[in-house]
Amino acid sequence: MNKLTRDQMAARVALDIPEGAYVNLGIGLPTKVANFLPADKEIFLQSENGLLGMGPAPAKGEEDPDLINAGKQPVTLLTGGCYFHHADSFAMMRGGHLDICVLGAFQVSQHGDLANWHTGAPDAIPAVGGAMDLAIGAKQVFVMMDLLTKGGDSKLVAECSYPLTGLRCVSRVYTDLAVFDLGANGASVIEMVDGLSIDELRTLTGLSLNDATVSA
Amino acid sequence: MIDKSVASAEAAVADIFDGARVMIGGFGTAGMPDQLIDALIAHGAKDLTIINNNAGNGDTGLAALLKAKRVRKIVCSFPRQSDSYHFDALYHAGEIELELVPQGNLAARIQAAGAGLGAIYTPTGYGTLLADGKETREIDGRQYVLEYPIHADFALIKALHGDRWGNLVYRKTARNFGPIMAMAAKCTIAQVSDIVPLGALDPEGVVTPGIFVQRLVAIGNAVRAAA
Repeated sequence: MNKLTRDQMAARVALDIPEGAYVNLGIGLPTKVANFLPADKEIFLQSENGLLGMGPAPAKGEEDPDLINAGKQPVTLLTGGCYFHHADSFAMMRGGHLDICVLGAFQVSQHGDLANWHTGAPDAIPAVGGAMDLAIGAKQVFVMMDLLTKGGDSKLVAECSYPLTGLRCVSRVYTDLAVFDLGANGASVIEMVDGLSIDELRTLTGLSLNDATVSA
Repeated sequence: MIDKSVASAEAAVADIFDGARVMIGGFGTAGMPDQLIDALIAHGAKDLTIINNNAGNGDTGLAALLKAKRVRKIVCSFPRQSDSYHFDALYHAGEIELELVPQGNLAARIQAAGAGLGAIYTPTGYGTLLADGKETREIDGRQYVLEYPIHADFALIKALHGDRWGNLVYRKTARNFGPIMAMAAKCTIAQVSDIVPLGALDPEGVVTPGIFVQRLVAIGNAVRAAA
């Protein structure tokens, strides 16, 4: 089977983001989605530190320490973009104004519980940032992650063992092997990579998995 | 004549007392009032409770205040970063107390303090470790957590321009927590790039009305000219 590369995963997520959507891309892997948004569509990227209409990284030498993204990397503002303070920024999330956010995850449960802020390790310094607000705020929460850990354990699980970020909040999970819709009836497979069967996916995840793939 | 400008950062922070609760603006280093923090370090106040989004970056600003061991407790959302080593060392040594707050709850609780609210019900954090032991309530079919306002004795913030009545405008994403911290503290001290004459700020564009600012200090060219 052909696992999707990270760029291919990002390109796949980008296909599901319509023109006019207000979108927050989480730190890490989800940031890559910006590289695959179609140039002929206007899509509004929000950064929780206080900007809408975020543009790409500046040219070398053009960095401005007062213009950064949530990952504290230098960015640019598109023409028509704007700035706002933190309470307004999180009102955009909590108030349900953001259409989509794309997040990374340690684990997602088949019912949409998300664990992405803390491994629970006793000596780890906990840090949460905006993860809990994003998880419960956006109209749709997409997760992007490898399906399996390096040790081969499924990150899509019956119940999360890591501390939760939000309950019943993830609607869709994009992985390197398959795309899943999540809901009250558990996880449904809507796409798989070539050479992989639904039964193999059930074995990998240990989940019953509804088959919602559409034959080409 | 009312003139809230103060001659120096040192004079502006001179009455910050031991044990004070101090909000410090900034997200990472954007919007961090470095000159006011340097003045606070020189001033010597200790046992401070600091409210900030992070817990210091590198060796300057809030990180320097931590390194100087003036902070008893920090209230923040995202302490652990690649360059938060001064905080990390204090935390592992058990020399600093951490109250971890989801970022949007941090903003909402600061805003609630400024707005005079007794508490808020927020959906963020419900069902997680960060809501353990807290009162919850179902409202219109959704679960919320009761969270209390975050007040402060002082707020140290950074803005771009101010006038002698304390009206402020900010620069780009350095705005972040400035406007809400200015509202939540008993005494808000703003460092600005320059103090402009009354009337020079477009009244439609004032972001922080002067009622929320008690002192301001012109730092000079502390930010790069507008790109």
